[in-house]
Amino acid sequence: MATLVIAEHDNETLKPGVTNAIAAAHKIGGDIHVLVAGSHCAGAAAAAAAVSGVSKVLVVDSPSYATAVAENLAPLIVGLAPAYSHVLASASAYGKNVLPRVAALLDVMQISDIVAVESPDTFVRPIYAGNAFATVQSSDKIKIITVRSTGFDAAPGGGTAAIENISAGVDAGNSRVVKQELTKSDRPELAAAKRIVSGGRGMGDGDKYRSVLEPLADKLGAALGASRAAVDAGFVPNDYQVGQTGKIVAPELYIAIGISGAIQHLAGMKESKVIVAINKDPEAPIFQVADYGLVGDLFTLVPELTAAL
Amino acid sequence: MKILVPVKRVIDYNVKVRVKADQTGVETANVKMSMNPFDEIAIEEAVKLREAGVATEIVAVSIGMTQCQETLRTALAMGADRAILVETAAEIQPLAVAKLLKAIVDKEAPQLVILGKQAIDDDSNQTGQMLAALLNWPQATFASKVTIANNEAEVMREIDGGMETVAIKLPAIITTDLRLNTPRYATLPNIMKAKKKPLDVMTPDALGVDVTPRLKTLKVVEPAKRKGGVMVADVAALIDKLKNEAKVI
Ligand SMILES: Cc1cc2nc3c(=O)[nH]c(=O)nc-3n(C[C@H](O)[C@H](O)[C@H](O)COP(=O)(O)OP(=O)(O)OC[C@H]3O[C@@H](n4cnc5c(N)ncnc54)[C@H](O)[C@@H]3O)c2cc1C
Ligand SMILES: Nc1ncnc2c1ncn2[C@@H]1O[C@H](COP(=O)(O)O)[C@@H](O)[C@H]1O
Repeated sequence: MATLVIAEHDNETLKPGVTNAIAAAHKIGGDIHVLVAGSHCAGAAAAAAAVSGVSKVLVVDSPSYATAVAENLAPLIVGLAPAYSHVLASASAYGKNVLPRVAALLDVMQISDIVAVESPDTFVRPIYAGNAFATVQSSDKIKIITVRSTGFDAAPGGGTAAIENISAGVDAGNSRVVKQELTKSDRPELAAAKRIVSGGRGMGDGDKYRSVLEPLADKLGAALGASRAAVDAGFVPNDYQVGQTGKIVAPELYIAIGISGAIQHLAGMKESKVIVAINKDPEAPIFQVADYGLVGDLFTLVPELTAAL
Repeated sequence: MKILVPVKRVIDYNVKVRVKADQTGVETANVKMSMNPFDEIAIEEAVKLREAGVATEIVAVSIGMTQCQETLRTALAMGADRAILVETAAEIQPLAVAKLLKAIVDKEAPQLVILGKQAIDDDSNQTGQMLAALLNWPQATFASKVTIANNEAEVMREIDGGMETVAIKLPAIITTDLRLNTPRYATLPNIMKAKKKPLDVMTPDALGVDVTPRLKTLKVVEPAKRKGGVMVADVAALIDKLKNEAKVI
């Protein structure tokens, strides 16, 4: 039994969910190998080799993998898969894009978004926006799995895996990345942040979102998040969205400000260790999941909170 | 150009889902069912492409029980031209859905299949990518803008760090994200007209697809409840709790 973990990276470093996927591989048991497919990706390969429990890093360095094109990555992974009992990736936009394509080519049903490993063929995954948890058993020969980061504590460093270069597959030639517009921020990434300050429609507009929430996030060293309503209204970019169909987070502290607490939003944050809600409506459903609720006008309360910290 | 849009019948997104006492699944009896919200966005995008003169015909497909006909009628009322129901009472998992859709694509030869990025019941987020793999077509998942020109689709995608624009050759697969468009409501006259649009029914057997599930659900349970919190009177009390009780600041 051996597991191949597909690493998402920016050629220099690993993305946050990778070490959580490696942690899930630990729970499954057996050897753990990591695939780093990129272009000039020696940095990322070294980072993967340093994760505890990894015994081998397979590196494929080619212009075909300069951007994460599923059409190119899937056949590469399919070629490697027969040597493994499990293939894992983080349930990030990257993993969700690539891994089902691998699964179908192998005639395997993917197990999406696992939060626990019961045994090598049995896993727990949330369904219905986390309103239910299903325990599912796979009868497929190779298990293709995406891992929800909040279910597994990141594997620590201290590893010394061997690095092996492998050759690139053919370029599918039917898809290319035209451009990327990545949100620039000095704040921690949402997916990895220990503290998150999140704003909803109650923020009113983008300027107020920034002027009210940024000072608080600065004081706390927190990442900024948002509800779907705040993203749809254009207050903040799409990658701020927390929820069933956005990012799933579980920080030590989540402060929901001007967010009503729709089930789709709760699905993305209710595993947080401590939840604070600030809302002017005492009946807002967010208070049902909050450890500490504060009722009142956010435009008075939040600056007051920031000043007092 | 023909566009195929698979639409799934799911528990309405406003319903508070309840787990069955015997832990075999969730309660579906007497629960409001609707079209998966991402599939409404897919239908809307197809209709827009037809209105723009890019598409000529829109075929909606649903896989499931007889009642999926209602979902298909909604798709027809929103503007689809005809519908196909693959009727079965069996549990059909995403891999089998993708195989059934491939069989239909082989017959219908569309240039584009637009699916939702995720069904809000199983939250799998995999059918579109699987269909793309089975057809050996390119894919653009999590689309928030679609432009079709010169036998290519240019698609802006929502990714974790922001946005990415990809160009894929047709025929291709697109899966929708929330901000692609705002679906229209079906008007009463259109609902009436939809009743007369063609709806074909077929079976998985007739399509020659083995739909045996690969995942066995051993049990379905409710999530652990968060213990009730407290309301604090003011900012000072909140800071005190965070420092001294929760110890997170
Ligand atoms: C398929 C689907 C997927 C979805 N996915 C997601 C998702 O991933 N993430 C997500 O968040 N949503 C998602 N949604 C949307 C979700 O259903 C809600 O519509 C959304 O979360 C509401 O955002 P909100 O709480 O910011 O806005 P609202 O519900 O409008 O709430 C605003 C809140 O702000 C409070 N407020 C207003 N002014 C003030 C003030 N001055 N001071 C204090 N409080 C104030 C109000 O009392 C209210 O509670 C999804 C919906 C669908 C159908
Ligand atoms: N039974 C079904 N009938 C029609 N379309 C489906 C069905 N199941 C999934 N789909 C399509 O596949 C998308 C993704 O579903 P999933 O992979 O289950 O999250 C949905 O948004 C639909 O477009």
